[in-house]
Amino acid sequence: MDFAHSFGLIIPDLLLSVSGLVLLLVVAWSGDKGARQIAIGAAAALFVAGFLLVPGLHGGAEGPATLGFGGLIKVDGFALFAKALIYLSAIGALMVAPAFFASPAAGSERGMRGEYPVLVLFACVGMGLMVSANDFMSLYLGLELNSLSAYVLAAILRRDARSGEAGLKYFVLGALASGILLYGMSLLYGFTGSTGFAAVRAGLSGELGYGALFGVIFVLSGLAFKISAVPFHMWTPDVYEGAPTPVTAFFATAPKVAAVALTARVVFEVFGAQVAAWQQIVMFTALASIIFGALGAIGQENLKRLLAYSSINNIGFILLGLAVANHSGAAAMLVYLFIYVVMSLGSFVALLMLRGEDGSLMETFADIRGLSITRPALAAALLIFMFSLAGIPPLLGFYAKFVVFQATVEAGLVAFGAIAIAASVIGAFYYIKFVKVMFFDPPAGVITGRSGAAHWVLLGLTAVIVSPLGYFLTRSLSDLADKAASALFLAV
Amino acid sequence: MIGIEHYLTVAAILFVLGVLGIFLNRKNVIVILMAVELILLSVNLNLVAFSAFMQDLVGQVFAMLVLTVAAAEAAIGLAILVIYFRSRGTIAVDDINRMKG
Repeated sequence: MDFAHSFGLIIPDLLLSVSGLVLLLVVAWSGDKGARQIAIGAAAALFVAGFLLVPGLHGGAEGPATLGFGGLIKVDGFALFAKALIYLSAIGALMVAPAFFASPAAGSERGMRGEYPVLVLFACVGMGLMVSANDFMSLYLGLELNSLSAYVLAAILRRDARSGEAGLKYFVLGALASGILLYGMSLLYGFTGSTGFAAVRAGLSGELGYGALFGVIFVLSGLAFKISAVPFHMWTPDVYEGAPTPVTAFFATAPKVAAVALTARVVFEVFGAQVAAWQQIVMFTALASIIFGALGAIGQENLKRLLAYSSINNIGFILLGLAVANHSGAAAMLVYLFIYVVMSLGSFVALLMLRGEDGSLMETFADIRGLSITRPALAAALLIFMFSLAGIPPLLGFYAKFVVFQATVEAGLVAFGAIAIAASVIGAFYYIKFVKVMFFDPPAGVITGRSGAAHWVLLGLTAVIVSPLGYFLTRSLSDLADKAASALFLAV
Repeated sequence: MIGIEHYLTVAAILFVLGVLGIFLNRKNVIVILMAVELILLSVNLNLVAFSAFMQDLVGQVFAMLVLTVAAAEAAIGLAILVIYFRSRGTIAVDDINRMKG
């Protein structure tokens, strides 16, 4: 009966794993010819799995009923919120992929490989396990399932040197991060006597010994690598630039959500009794990410690199909500996370639509000069995303920054909030440069290629959510984030 | 008498060697893969030592899990290395510089 209950909790993950395996068999059978159908099948599986999350998400699942497999996993409202976001962004990454792999941007190897959607599915299973982990062992298993799929995804264009290099860099630094994380987990296991989150938390209460402190620091460093927070961010620009753009869109959204949710769960549930030990570390990382993300982007000519720095900058704001270390901070973090995912998915879709005559991708500032004259709709959408990322008021990106700053100031961390606001003004420079180049420079006229309906649908949807119309969503969004955050704080 | 602290010291030394191996090595990517394995082995040594010290089996189960995942990780790392070598014709660390940052 207990076992049936555990299986009931992981039905979405089971659905994704089984459809991943079935689709893998189909790929082995039919080759890459059916890749498009496989992508549709994978997106359908993700959609159904996302639909299965809705009842628990609405009811705000929490308490002992959410524990499964002897406490190895915990599928509470927080995990469901993160899973829903992960599935949505994975569907986005699947929708834009076939057109990209069919274009000359994919190099000499035309056509999508059937493995791409399957790997995305497996990465989603891993991320689902990450966000619902309640034990260091399930955490590690989920993290590696996600990372191993991600390494292959980054290198999926086998004949492209940049893609291979991105895969190699991602692999080496990701493996190092996993090693650091594992070393921390082994120390925590040794000094608290268990790998379960609740037991480790109990073992960490009271005076923190050196061994356990080292464990906490190593675990936090490993997680910072995974969310690409400063000072562990150096891989991000290279991997984002080198990986195929749909994969970059995927990396910038789903794994970020999973890693941030995992970090939040670890700091609140495992290190919840030692807030003083981690709060300054997270605060430092948050501010450093905001500042480095803003400064590093300034000299960049490549738009994908620029968005990589922008994602580092945004992770800083998300961590700022985390560093507040209370319920409203966590809820603000989740709201920011949702809006960040929408903005970043939208901007990457827009980047994918910047095509030359033969369909190749244009990805530098020189190419988008005067885009407002040649492609007004696309330029308007990019304008919305860039102003929103900069946090300019009528757009939803402002609301995201506002709730985080509100939580920071209410917790009495006014100085940190002020530094973050100052740095976000610096960050506005390159977002506005984007707009200036598109609207006020003479047209370069190289972006003439057309894009398919899937791109326009996704672009329109994300642009509408980010536009002032998105404020209609904020009520239900903050409601959901509130419920998810209280599931996180139940143990406190 | 060999106590827990000796095992921990050896594991810490192996871990540091692994991390330094990744950062200081300027020659060959294969060496980086070996350094990653060294890190994972130091973790395993930690886990098994703690497990024996505390008379608790969880650590050994965890070590088995880490071994399995490490094998999968090495397989994927080598596969990526092979496709990289095919497109560039070199695996020297200094040559991995198509993108600067």
